[in-house]
Amino acid sequence: MIKVRELFRSFNGHPVLQGINLEVPKGKITVVIGKSGAGKSVLLKHIAGLLKPDQGRIFINGTDVTRARGRELQDIKKRFGVLFQGGALFDSLTVLENVAFPLREKTSLPEQEILDRARKRLAQVNMPPESEDKYPDEVSGGMKKRVALARALVQEPEILLFDEPVTGLDPPMMNTVFHLIKKTHQENGYTGMVVSHDIPAVFQIADFVAMLHKGRIVAFGTPAEIQQNQDPEVQSFLRGDIDLLET
Amino acid sequence: MISLIRRVGRFFLDLTQETGRAMLFLFEALGQAFLPPYRFRRLLDEIYFIGCRSLLIIFLTAAFTGMVLALQGYYTLRKYGSESALGAVVALSLIRELGPVLAALMVSGRAGSAITAEIGIMRITEQLDAMDTMAVNPLQYVVMPKLLAGLLSVPLLTAIFDVVGILGGFGVGVVLLGVSSGSYFSGMTQSVASLDVNGGIIKSLVFGLTIMLVACYNGFFTDRGAEGVSRATTRTVVISAILVLAWDYVLTSFFM
Repeated sequence: MIKVRELFRSFNGHPVLQGINLEVPKGKITVVIGKSGAGKSVLLKHIAGLLKPDQGRIFINGTDVTRARGRELQDIKKRFGVLFQGGALFDSLTVLENVAFPLREKTSLPEQEILDRARKRLAQVNMPPESEDKYPDEVSGGMKKRVALARALVQEPEILLFDEPVTGLDPPMMNTVFHLIKKTHQENGYTGMVVSHDIPAVFQIADFVAMLHKGRIVAFGTPAEIQQNQDPEVQSFLRGDIDLLET
Repeated sequence: MISLIRRVGRFFLDLTQETGRAMLFLFEALGQAFLPPYRFRRLLDEIYFIGCRSLLIIFLTAAFTGMVLALQGYYTLRKYGSESALGAVVALSLIRELGPVLAALMVSGRAGSAITAEIGIMRITEQLDAMDTMAVNPLQYVVMPKLLAGLLSVPLLTAIFDVVGILGGFGVGVVLLGVSSGSYFSGMTQSVASLDVNGGIIKSLVFGLTIMLVACYNGFFTDRGAEGVSRATTRTVVISAILVLAWDYVLTSFFM
């Protein structure tokens, strides 16, 4: 279970997170929606321990990530998998080496076992076997996301964070990635948090939805509850109204 | 006037802050060398990249530097009838000054800029963040091997630079201009003291670490986007060159 309490963060005096309170239930997928620039990715990076807040706390199964240091923080990170917006695959490693990387670094498994596990994860996300020796710049955008998902899954994390997992993909590939997230969630049972603005498509994988607006969570509930939420900001976002301030 | 003073003050405050940050970065990264897992393979890869792949450029610049030193030295010394001192002039110039400085500038231009671009791209494409979330410290995996490789490779490249430069000087001085090979080498062995060699090695150690620190630091804290990486790469070459020359003056004044 992830608990975020009164999280504040500014960049160069510009407030981005202004008192976030959020609970991500264990074993469920929670989708955080909101406009571009609302601070969704910033929130995710705080949970992943990549950014430190100005104020507030984040608890992962009772341990405060914002206060953890050294070994304690490393132990928390071992429970995480993160799928980054652009995949963040290591461009000097092949597809197979990318997926094997966390196991090579963090386990003492024999090499054959590492390769077997990496290949199993690649198969789980429907990557063709002939692609395993290719480098990230030799595969398509959709394949990169799938490899990144395989890499995030390979250590069997308790928590998986997805930062805009389908941005830049065409609709069929978007649905493929969402299907894979749903499938791997059913098979592995991780706690998922997905940051996305791809609505309504993202609702197909959501157990819960949280809407981030002006640095705060303004709505939380099941996809059906969110769609019926009468908050004008929520309705405006769901309808995709033109934002006059942005135009 | 007050705004000028304020700007100058702000500049020095920023410089002090940046230097402090770079020193913390250096100590934190070097400290990772003592923590398991020990990354010998990564270190060898970096030595290959920084050291072996700089060999051609070091050979070429060293040969031409030695050749031009011999050419200039020969015509100057001939005025005083001291052509036999040519070997000493070439060797001392190379070992004390030109070898460490030019080798460092070449490594900075070839490997330093490439390292900044590599780490900068890893930063903007979130590869460093990805590593961090896998509980793999990017300072240990990416930065520390490069710092150590620079520390080991630059003195070796400098030694190679000195030898090739002396042979280049031999080619011009002895083979083309007719200085006797005996006087070329005997002048050298009589004039070059161990302090000269040690001074050159110490300089190259300092230069190697400085270049790698500047390159890694600029890449690690690069601004967003391709433009940020481009600016960081330029900054690496410029700052490395200035620091190498400034260090050279400081260290030379210690050894004189």
